[in-house]
Amino acid sequence: MSLELRGITKSFGALVANDSIDLKVENGEIHAILGENGAGKSTLMNIVYGLVAPDSGEILVDGIHKTIKEPRDALASGIGMVHQHFMLVPVFTVAENIVLGHEKSGFAGRLELGDARARIKEVSDQFGFDVNPDDLIEGLPVGVQQRVEIIRALIYDAKVLILDEPTAVLTPQETDDLLKIMRELKSQGTSIIFITHKLREVKAVADRITIIRRGKVVGNASPTDSQDELASLMVGRQVELVPEKFSHVIGDPVLTVKELTIRDITGRALVTNINFEVRAGEILAIAGVQGNGQSEVARAMVNLEEYVEGSIIVDGAQVIGMSVREALHAGIAFVPESREYDGLIASMSIAENLILDVHDRPPYAHGIQMSPTVVLAEAEKRKVEFDIRLQSVSDPISSLSGGNKQKVVLARELSRPVKLLVASQPTRGLDVGSIEFVHKRILEERDAGRAVLLFSTELDEVLALADRIAVMYRGEILAIVPSGVTAQELGLLMAGVVNA
Amino acid sequence: MKTLSAAERRRRRSLFVMATLAILCTILFGLLQKSGQVVTYGFVLDKEWVLFQQWAIGSRNASLLFGVISLGASALAYVQFKAGKTIKVASAVGSAGIMMSFLSWAAAGKFIPFTGLLQGALLLSVPLIFGSMAGVLSERSGVVNIAIEGQLLAGAFVSGVVASLTHSTFMGLVVAPFAGCLISTLLAVFAINFAIDQIILGFVLNVLVYGITDFLYKKLLIPYQSTWNSGPTLSAIKIPFLWKIPIVGPILFDQSIIVYLMYGVIFLINFSLFKTKWGLRTRAVGEHPTAADSVGIKVNRLRFMNVMIAGMVAGLGGAYFTVGGVGAFNKEMTAGKGFIALAALIFGRWTPWGAVSAALLFGFADNLQSVLGIIGTPIPSEFMLMVPYLATIIAVTGFVGRVRAPAADGTPYKRGESH
Repeated sequence: MSLELRGITKSFGALVANDSIDLKVENGEIHAILGENGAGKSTLMNIVYGLVAPDSGEILVDGIHKTIKEPRDALASGIGMVHQHFMLVPVFTVAENIVLGHEKSGFAGRLELGDARARIKEVSDQFGFDVNPDDLIEGLPVGVQQRVEIIRALIYDAKVLILDEPTAVLTPQETDDLLKIMRELKSQGTSIIFITHKLREVKAVADRITIIRRGKVVGNASPTDSQDELASLMVGRQVELVPEKFSHVIGDPVLTVKELTIRDITGRALVTNINFEVRAGEILAIAGVQGNGQSEVARAMVNLEEYVEGSIIVDGAQVIGMSVREALHAGIAFVPESREYDGLIASMSIAENLILDVHDRPPYAHGIQMSPTVVLAEAEKRKVEFDIRLQSVSDPISSLSGGNKQKVVLARELSRPVKLLVASQPTRGLDVGSIEFVHKRILEERDAGRAVLLFSTELDEVLALADRIAVMYRGEILAIVPSGVTAQELGLLMAGVVNA
Repeated sequence: MKTLSAAERRRRRSLFVMATLAILCTILFGLLQKSGQVVTYGFVLDKEWVLFQQWAIGSRNASLLFGVISLGASALAYVQFKAGKTIKVASAVGSAGIMMSFLSWAAAGKFIPFTGLLQGALLLSVPLIFGSMAGVLSERSGVVNIAIEGQLLAGAFVSGVVASLTHSTFMGLVVAPFAGCLISTLLAVFAINFAIDQIILGFVLNVLVYGITDFLYKKLLIPYQSTWNSGPTLSAIKIPFLWKIPIVGPILFDQSIIVYLMYGVIFLINFSLFKTKWGLRTRAVGEHPTAADSVGIKVNRLRFMNVMIAGMVAGLGGAYFTVGGVGAFNKEMTAGKGFIALAALIFGRWTPWGAVSAALLFGFADNLQSVLGIIGTPIPSEFMLMVPYLATIIAVTGFVGRVRAPAADGTPYKRGESH
């Protein structure tokens, strides 16, 4: 089945998310749509799937016009979608999720799941998915949940399968498995639209590539093109994918973590007895799949976790027991995982967000009175230093793009005297240009002799920046390896395989 | 040792609490009790309130006996827990034993109309059960229903007035659901279509119903009482054969039609919620509306429908106060029962049977305090009054276990906004 989009346009207020997009997906091909965050890929696919109504444009399936107003229409036309955020009800079983919306009823309206169970087993066996129809979704690993979504699309006869950023939540091993599944599906005649911003995966699996930038199709590419070529098409200028890194002298330990255990409110250990140290001028990356305790370790560095045992020494001072404020002023810069919720106050201005940490002390405040002119002047200064693209420093922080928000966080955190930089997922959701800036900035801190503790789930980021890499798995540090490790070895460690 | 799931940890914790209480009861009420007095339990088997049989036993012995039963049940529950089996029956026996052990001590030297105690408990639970069923319907689909109180009161008012005007309890029962539905439709329009904060909205609706009924009561029902506010009441109907079952028969099957309707509502909601297409969809929109939408379910339409049905159930429950009880409407006569129903809903973890059990517990505690108040006991009745609320607070603060609401409860759904 082929799918053709003609002149799809959609604006949200002043923002044109899709500007007259044309796209043709041929029968049985894997067609990658490559673009940065916010380029309009997801909007386009939500239009195809009937979740968003386009302002204009038409959709053709096998050359025939289709009106798609509801997901139901899309399914009926043979279009299935695996969403970035899974469309599965966590407290339902696999079978319940799959029949949802297509239920069969028996006597007295009683729900019949028998057929669905059999079909799930059938499809699962056909592709070697190992999915049990009676398992609860919330107990399944994300990789398996994704397969459930794929099974659902296949059971409802999807001939075109849209995969929206499918690898964002997967481990490297799960990603490889998914790429295999995609090839298998293709060989059985399913067309796949593969939405991503990860160049390596595109090159590995795509037949054709369409690149979208700021809501427009800017060109087509072939998987044989180099990553640099693809990246520059995607961003619209030359980018350095791997930042330059010089070797230099590493100093004394700045951060020493000993026997750190972190529990949740019920007393369950989320992090168990971990030990590591970070030296001046060194980047220690803590790698791992999301949810293996890294977030808690990051938060513990500024004492944001409640139930902590062990010790965290920064430059000779014990952090556990300090207030967050004391920790920050003891020389720790903290870039939190969620800049929207933990890093910034959305309703406040850019200038105010820039001095949150020092708002109560001179020169920004004298006694109970703040000095707005000083605050604004400081903001102007940092705007230049950190290349924050904005209209006015008095605008609310919510007017900025993700990349610029992150620059505001960095500008605030690095304007204090800093000995240790703790950065948690510092480039998550950022565009290539901003990633480049953040990476450079982190390396500058390292070169200036600061200790850097980097938490990241991105293999490429870890490999590009780290001097040493600690891999976390189920709340423990599995191994600490030097930076020369290969992506494959690191991927295995992240999946919990120690002696492979 | 294998790690326990959250549910298993919860079960273990409540098991522990039960065992502790059983030991305390056996020691405090049994072994340490000095009184040689006799407690007498009365059972009704024939006509209402005519004593057919009574059971007299030494207070100390009774407390000991029931304490030991609860200990045995705790031990059985532990064995079943270890074997990975359900501990519902053993827990029920254990809790009842604890209660009886306490009662035998509290009523030493007195007479307790046992059947009447349970009958009254069931009656006091009726509005709570209807209210919490309304809560299940609405909240399982993702709309917080604080307005249960208002729906009960509206049902009470309208059914009382209509029954009085038409001299027909039947008409009173027929219109009550529509009164509740009217209030819940307001809730649905503002909560679903206009995405107003549901907690505030629910409260405002309650105040609105309080206001309107107070006003009409003063201006209409008091001056013209004989025509507007002197409705007939339902009488108890004995279900043939069933009502003759010893002890439970007179309690369950010698009630008014509204109680039998309640049984039907409970079974219907429980079956529908877990075994039908409608139930699957309702739970889906309450847990993950985006997922439901992506498979073509009309989230807001389904929610709207559920909230309206919820209003009908609560409205019917409201009829219990007037045609099901005293006949005449009285100012603010629901007296916060809607809020206790809400507590029962939470205590019962948003499941129909859980909510029913919690409502029965609250009804029992409520009736127990009035019975003990009448016969006179060592415990101040004010303390007994606290029990249902105390139990709720303990439940809600997570001592018995962390209570998990439907994930999207209280969150309006608009396509393309949620994640």
